[in-house]
Amino acid sequence: MELFRSVNIDWLGKKWYFLGFSLIFSVAGIFSMLFWHGIPTGVDFKGGTAITVQFDSTPHEDDIRKALDAAHIKDWTIQRISDVGGGQLGNKEIISLPMSTAQDTAHDEGRSEVENALSAGYHDSGFTVQQVDIVGPTAGKQLTHEAELATLYSLLGMLIYLWFRFELIYGVAAVVAVFHDTLITIGFFSLMNMEITLTVVAAILTLVGYSMNDTIVVFDRIRENLALNRRDKLADLVNRSINQTLSRTVIASGLTFMTVLCLYVFGGEVLHGFSFALVVGITIGTYSSIAVAAPMLVAYQDWRAKRAPAGKRVALPAARGVRR
Amino acid sequence: MQARSIEGNKITMGKNLASRTGFIVVVLLFFIYGIFGIPHGGLKQSLENRINLGLDLKGGTHLVLQVHVAEAVNSDTDRDVQALNTALAATGATATKLDPTHPEVITISGGTPTQQSAIHDILTGNEYAGYDVASSGNGGYTMTLKLSEIRAIEARALDTSIDTIRERVNTLGVSEPVIEKYGLGDNEILVQLPGVSDPGRVENIIQSTAKLEIHAVVGSYGSVAEATQANPGGIPSEDELLKGSNGAGGPDQYYLLKRLAIVSGTDFRDAQPSTDENGRPDITFNLTTEAGDRFYKYTDANKGTGQMAIVLDNQVREVAGIESAIRDSGRITGGFTQDQAADLSLMLRTGSLPASISYLETRTVGPTLGAASIHQGVVASIAGLVVVLIFMLVYYKGAGVNADLALMLNLLILLGFMGFSGATLTLPGIAGVILTIGMGVDSNVLIFERIREELRLGKTAAAAVQDGFAHAWTTIFDTHVTTVVSAAILFLFGTGPVKGFAVTLTIGLIANVFTAVFVSRTIFDYLLTKKARGTAELSI
Repeated sequence: MELFRSVNIDWLGKKWYFLGFSLIFSVAGIFSMLFWHGIPTGVDFKGGTAITVQFDSTPHEDDIRKALDAAHIKDWTIQRISDVGGGQLGNKEIISLPMSTAQDTAHDEGRSEVENALSAGYHDSGFTVQQVDIVGPTAGKQLTHEAELATLYSLLGMLIYLWFRFELIYGVAAVVAVFHDTLITIGFFSLMNMEITLTVVAAILTLVGYSMNDTIVVFDRIRENLALNRRDKLADLVNRSINQTLSRTVIASGLTFMTVLCLYVFGGEVLHGFSFALVVGITIGTYSSIAVAAPMLVAYQDWRAKRAPAGKRVALPAARGVRR
Repeated sequence: MQARSIEGNKITMGKNLASRTGFIVVVLLFFIYGIFGIPHGGLKQSLENRINLGLDLKGGTHLVLQVHVAEAVNSDTDRDVQALNTALAATGATATKLDPTHPEVITISGGTPTQQSAIHDILTGNEYAGYDVASSGNGGYTMTLKLSEIRAIEARALDTSIDTIRERVNTLGVSEPVIEKYGLGDNEILVQLPGVSDPGRVENIIQSTAKLEIHAVVGSYGSVAEATQANPGGIPSEDELLKGSNGAGGPDQYYLLKRLAIVSGTDFRDAQPSTDENGRPDITFNLTTEAGDRFYKYTDANKGTGQMAIVLDNQVREVAGIESAIRDSGRITGGFTQDQAADLSLMLRTGSLPASISYLETRTVGPTLGAASIHQGVVASIAGLVVVLIFMLVYYKGAGVNADLALMLNLLILLGFMGFSGATLTLPGIAGVILTIGMGVDSNVLIFERIREELRLGKTAAAAVQDGFAHAWTTIFDTHVTTVVSAAILFLFGTGPVKGFAVTLTIGLIANVFTAVFVSRTIFDYLLTKKARGTAELSI
């Protein structure tokens, strides 16, 4: 079986559509981050107390609210977890308390208050506390800082590696594409008001690596074709390179997408955010290799050609380390 | 450059099929051993023995604490101030700490000019070598603790805290607890307690300073007002007024005690929970020889008339008449519950923390959630694996078998490595395994697509395999390096479960280079040598 045999699509001819598409999603995401939901972060970064309670039968949220209010607990939020696994594991609620409950002293108070309130005021069914996350203000700040640094270093590391293996412009194009993916993925979380947790950050960093993978496959082919044939117009050569690798791009991304989808469907609620980030990210990451990274190379060369004195031919650097 | 030299090896390795197959079999057996060990009993049992599960999978409590090491510096300089004042008494100078925000600075003042050199000699003596001494004019001096000294005190406080916490945790009977320095911020300690799901009690045990003292009782009152009435001149400076614990809901009681303790924290040699004649929990303690002598002297002198108060964390737990002279052992009864008696005797045994601590992070996962996560993780992995295996078979036919074998071996190596290294499998780690399945097959796809291209150019099967592998290699190398870079950064900056994810992802990718390139190539070569050269056809 073979799909995409000798395809001949003019990808670069569609660059304005791509630009429009990317802009719509990036801007929508940025807009949501700035003016709508912000970047929704969980207790991992904001600090606070999150208690996952498992009820023996379907919980009645009204009764939970009454129980919490009766105990004079302030500023709580409750959130139902829908577990695809279903059954008894489906009857879960996350009760969150704001940061004031998780000061570095008196750390555990919020948890015991909620437990006592439920024991005293919730009579519909028995319950067990399944998971408690208490993050104090100091730890929250540290984790935020750590996540920012990790993302930054990771991008920087790749830029340097690509600079070393290809040329600076390839590195820049790839990093811009990856940044674009990260931005849109975080934008999706903001638009859907889904919480960004520590594991979501891990997913986003994985995405940085994955999207880079995909871009490198295309770049590698461009480099190879450049070494073989320096006379073709760069746009044609890039188109040909994308088309040659298209089969691999679609199949490899598709398979990774399928495994991540399995994770999303069967992996349980703890990994929902993680797998969602990957489901979105792998789609965008595959798209950006074709629609963002490759056109940037062409745009860069066009810009150099315009600046160069008339009559002088300007070629994209073929990059180091080329074989043959 | 490195890529080219590795590639060079690959071209020559077209031969010696037998030794390559042998090598693969050895690797296979090695990592199967890594997963299961030498099976005693069932395979499942062996697997559970070898693979470490993270707290998020087996349930437990994860705490991050911060030690306020500045307090240790403060008490060190306090001790020096005391010693200095004794040493300086003859010179008329006094040592004080003026600025509470700078506990490392001691100010010497009031020395008479004639005593200057004597003062200077004391300050620059050996005991105070850790200080920089500077004259502040008017015969005064400023002593500043050297930075290296401060760091040393802080490091010691952190180490002592870790030891103390470890001793306290060990008595909880938790299996395989982790208590170690934690890298993210300053002076932080990570405590991981598998199977413990009541963080409240753990926090109490770890945090309590457990300052236990025995004081002589001067008087007792029903309220603070009553106490002031009885002492019109105010509470004498050598006494202090402390509240009694009315644990049973009884009326408030206040006690006037001698400020100086007869016996205090470090005088306790041992303490054990026990029960009194009525079966109520209490604590039996033993004193050190020296404190025992002191205690004997005091109780002997006051037997029949005096009263003693047992004070815990500045609260009077119990007041008892002195019936006879006591030397080195005694009992505290104070309406404890069984747990309280056990916890308190534990704290008395392990001594107090050198500085107070606060909690930065507490995470608890119940055992049922952990078990559910494992189940869901395994289901998701198998589902992902099946999808990939079937797709490869359908899409690449014969070569699909090749890719599927490579993928299975990839997973075996990954799990085997985890068994050998004692790396911890977390829930995100399972996600890393699933991602390895998806990304691992990418290398096979790259190679197969390239071989198809070469075949389309009209090359023979053998040449197409040769060139396909050679051409795909550069790409595989680059893609793996970039992913490993991002995983390594995750490992450096990540914490807990996220670290587990970075580990599985990295190992999975490295194993993938071996399986997708070396193993897969060997299988192709094996197929090709079975057929006559030139006429061989590939099922791809």
